[in-house]
Amino acid sequence: MALQVPTMAEMMAKGETPDILFWVGCSGSFDDRAKKITKAIVKILNHCNVKFAVLGAEESCTGDPAKRAGNEFTFQMQAMMNIQVLNGYEVKRIVTGCPHCFNTLKNEYPELGGSYEVIHHTQLIQDLINTGKLQLEGGSTYKGKKITFHDPCYLGRANDVYEAPRMLIEKLDAELVEMKRCKTNGLCCGAGGAQMFKEAEKGNKEINIERTEEAVETTAEIIATGCPFCNTMMTDGVKTVEKEASVKVLDIAELIANAAEL
Amino acid sequence: MIANVIFTVLFLGGFGFFFIQIFKIRANILLGRELDRSGDAASRWRTMILVALGQKKMFTRPIPALLHLTLYVAFVITQIELIEIIVDGISGNHRFFAPTLGSFYTFIISFIEVLSVLALIGTIAFLARRNLLKLPRLTMKELAGWPKKDANLILIMEVVLVSFIFTMNGADEALLNLSSNQSNGFLISQYVGPLFFGSVKNPETLHLLEQIGWWGHFTMVLVFLNYLPFSKHLHILFAFPNTYYSNLNPKGQFTNMEAVTAEVKLMMDPTADPYAQPASDEAPQRFGAKDVTDLTWKNLMDAYSCTECGRCTSSCPANITGKLLSPRKIMMDTRDRLTELGNGIRKNGKDFSDGKSLLGDYISEEEIWACTSCNACVQECPVNIDPLSIIVDLRRYLVMEESKMPTELTGMLTNIENNGAPWQFSQNDRLNWANED
Repeated sequence: MALQVPTMAEMMAKGETPDILFWVGCSGSFDDRAKKITKAIVKILNHCNVKFAVLGAEESCTGDPAKRAGNEFTFQMQAMMNIQVLNGYEVKRIVTGCPHCFNTLKNEYPELGGSYEVIHHTQLIQDLINTGKLQLEGGSTYKGKKITFHDPCYLGRANDVYEAPRMLIEKLDAELVEMKRCKTNGLCCGAGGAQMFKEAEKGNKEINIERTEEAVETTAEIIATGCPFCNTMMTDGVKTVEKEASVKVLDIAELIANAAEL
Repeated sequence: MIANVIFTVLFLGGFGFFFIQIFKIRANILLGRELDRSGDAASRWRTMILVALGQKKMFTRPIPALLHLTLYVAFVITQIELIEIIVDGISGNHRFFAPTLGSFYTFIISFIEVLSVLALIGTIAFLARRNLLKLPRLTMKELAGWPKKDANLILIMEVVLVSFIFTMNGADEALLNLSSNQSNGFLISQYVGPLFFGSVKNPETLHLLEQIGWWGHFTMVLVFLNYLPFSKHLHILFAFPNTYYSNLNPKGQFTNMEAVTAEVKLMMDPTADPYAQPASDEAPQRFGAKDVTDLTWKNLMDAYSCTECGRCTSSCPANITGKLLSPRKIMMDTRDRLTELGNGIRKNGKDFSDGKSLLGDYISEEEIWACTSCNACVQECPVNIDPLSIIVDLRRYLVMEESKMPTELTGMLTNIENNGAPWQFSQNDRLNWANED
């Protein structure tokens, strides 16, 4: 079935208001790997008949990497332009596919005039399952498989969301195996703080390799993430340690969409 | 009589000098920029009680936490005895509270003795951990020299302090045994006393030993107190205000720069008059931080609260993978630079400048660009220090005042400004994914 992805502009033209805005993010819009995550989220939204919309060409970078890099001007320019658009559409609720967008929209936009209820996609999916809108019947795809969850820093430590993604893994009937450093002690994938866009400083190891080795040690077949940057870093890491034949890196949304056979 | 005078002079002098040092530190902290950390007193008290008093965050590593707890509880409870020492010292009494409190007095002193033994065990374990086991986070290069000596000195002082307590109570016990065949009945010294001093049969020697213990204990307390302001050990006091003024917002929320907000609003306002006079004659503040005076007072209080335990650094992904960045060093550098600048200002007036700055002379650009802003250091700190906010303010200065940053970041920022994404994709193509297979 073709994806149904209405934009805010189309909805407004029809005189409709969506229940929630799906903030796709730059990775989710442009990165080939992350686009698959975006589609998985949309499949779930479509399947559950969630009345949502995207901004499409009216969406712009939240400014997160600019702020982390220390360029408050660029960040605030982005934020204020986005807030004008969001407030123009009278957006109340936002779901993001990226913890960086999630953190910025949720925590840093209110002071600039943009106050919304912002949730991460794992929280939305958790809610869909809890309210019975999404059922994982015969979820045998991942039954008994070992899955480890890599906590994205901007979801975990930054915003204390640890349980939603884990609960979803349990719903898959899979075996959740934790890495030595998890939850509050989770080790960064190496991409945060604008590192995604630059080479690392001189050291004796890449951070994503350190983290991937830890994930591989759990003997999990799947490394689950909830962040497109983490996904990139872990995927690269798995390739570097030559484990791509036995270890897959997947977003929680993809796991759920696959299990629900969407 | 002379003893009472000497005691009173020592007591007043010791505490007086201590308060002078604390006021200097307070003045240094107030060199920082304003920051509102008022409000929500209930959450603040709760945080302080859990994190500082309850040492909640220490217990993520149970063994050092337990050892630390013995030292901490002994330190706090032993100070009850200080009340009696002060009363005895000024009035010339011996064990002033013993007759009135009776068996409760015996209980308190016994309790203090037990804690002192536990503290001694803890201290010796800590000395061994630092010097024999050579724990990685306690032997890193930023601890070379003074910080290492400082740590050992504190532990040795603790051993000396406990030794004096038992010299005092032990000799007192032996004296009582000798003179009247009676016992103070204190849990530890009733055994330690005869063991160490039982062979001394001269009451005057025993009395002298008791006096050495008493004066030694009191002198060590004063030495310790006055050592604190010059040592990482200040955390025993600063942990309390520092946790009270903790950041209560989500860790991912970076501060909003209001000066920038005003500028950006002006830029986006079509009716703004570009030739308007600035609202005030005040020189605009620097964007971000180049020196310690550009940081907030809370950043500076953080620096004085750091006891260099290195939990931050041992959890830092950049440090783990061999990068130059160490969050602990960021805090130590901030404190050392602030002490240097504060001393200079007190000597030469408030416009003092030595041409040095935190960024450049203490912290290098390479260090701050290695940070992934993952908040592991903030999470780990047992007294809620936030090294990340200092790193971000240093980056802000570099980027906004000096346009200095790794070249790839220049490209990323240009892309955001030109096409609303950190990569070179057109904003109009943002929805293309919906129609691709």
